[in-house]
Amino acid sequence: MSATQAASDDVLIARIAQGDRLAMQVLYGRHHVRVFRFGVRLVRDEQVAEDLISEVFLEVWRQAGKFEGRSAVSTWLLAITRFKALSALRRRKDVELDDEAANAIEDASDDPEVAVQKKDTSQALRKCLTGLSPEHREIVDLVYYHEKSVEEVAEIVGIPENTVKTRLFYARKKLAELLKAAGVERGWP
Amino acid sequence: MMAMSKKMLEHEPSEIELLLPWHAAGTLNPRDARCVEEALARDPALARQYAAIQEEYAETIGLNESLGAPSARAMQKLFAAIDAEPARKPSASRNLSARITGFFAGLSPRTLAWAGSLGALVLLLQAGVIGAVLVKNQPAAFQTASLSTNEPITRALGPEAPPRALVRFAPDARVADITALLDSYQASIVDTRGGLFRLQFGNKAMPKDEVASLMSKLQGEKIVSLAVATP
Repeated sequence: MSATQAASDDVLIARIAQGDRLAMQVLYGRHHVRVFRFGVRLVRDEQVAEDLISEVFLEVWRQAGKFEGRSAVSTWLLAITRFKALSALRRRKDVELDDEAANAIEDASDDPEVAVQKKDTSQALRKCLTGLSPEHREIVDLVYYHEKSVEEVAEIVGIPENTVKTRLFYARKKLAELLKAAGVERGWP
Repeated sequence: MMAMSKKMLEHEPSEIELLLPWHAAGTLNPRDARCVEEALARDPALARQYAAIQEEYAETIGLNESLGAPSARAMQKLFAAIDAEPARKPSASRNLSARITGFFAGLSPRTLAWAGSLGALVLLLQAGVIGAVLVKNQPAAFQTASLSTNEPITRALGPEAPPRALVRFAPDARVADITALLDSYQASIVDTRGGLFRLQFGNKAMPKDEVASLMSKLQGEKIVSLAVATP
């Protein structure tokens, strides 16, 4: 995100704090897709993720007056999304099932093998990325897709910066193991 | 135990290794990015790992982009919820900078350009008025340097500026003689530079002819080798 857009997001939040609906529409238009995708990756359900983004932006509407601009608005949005997603998962009471599902995928399911047979490393990588644990998935997404710095990820996830770095390292190691189990060797580790 | 610890240490990633994903995403600060670049240039194993990271980076973006976008239902639901919220009063505690930022953000570029031009014009007019007032009230008359063979180049310092002169005393002049001379002329030393003394005579301004006479008298003194009237 450019510095100009970040500054402009701050102005939008200031206007939203004054009850400006148009500013809310602009902010929503700018960020809703990324918020939705982050939500989908966390809760693994498009309908739940759609409900989630309404909740996230409603929270922004309510809390805009308290936003102090210490972090980027996009970072704030992702932090709210994460909190709401975890609450939604707790409400569904099937978070354990979700973990089981993740583990099942980690056990080198057929899909990556099929992908490898087709010599499609790209497809295998995507399957294995989906098979990571929720903790590893969110950190990979935040760094690679949402382009968040170490400090920003630490703020969103609520962990120390050094933990952010090591967690991503072990997420990548796990990914390499999944790929190896699926027959894909990439020369690391 | 020692062997186990050593093995664990061997698998401990280096700081540079930990930063590679952020380097791929372009979110490192310039100093860290430079360190990573240097390490990649000298370490082939690290470069192989970085190549794998670039694949992961590209596929993570591809995977997320394939997730699509929410339907219009989400936005409708949001604004229905906002409509149901209690009406909001503008916050009195909103800080000044936020209000100023909001005000300027609300203006169109054309309006801002006009406002800027108007501001510049007002400043120019203000400068003109201040300049005119200063010139009108100026008590001292200034005379610019010009070629004149009859009169020394002088600048009136005001109605009560006493005469001044640059004086060089004879090498054999004693301090007591100089002091006596200063007393007799009611002069005081205001400055000295390179053997020259700037003297001020009395506390009142003098007509030009009196100054000329004073200079010639001074020049005639035994211990004075040079005396020139000066502003």
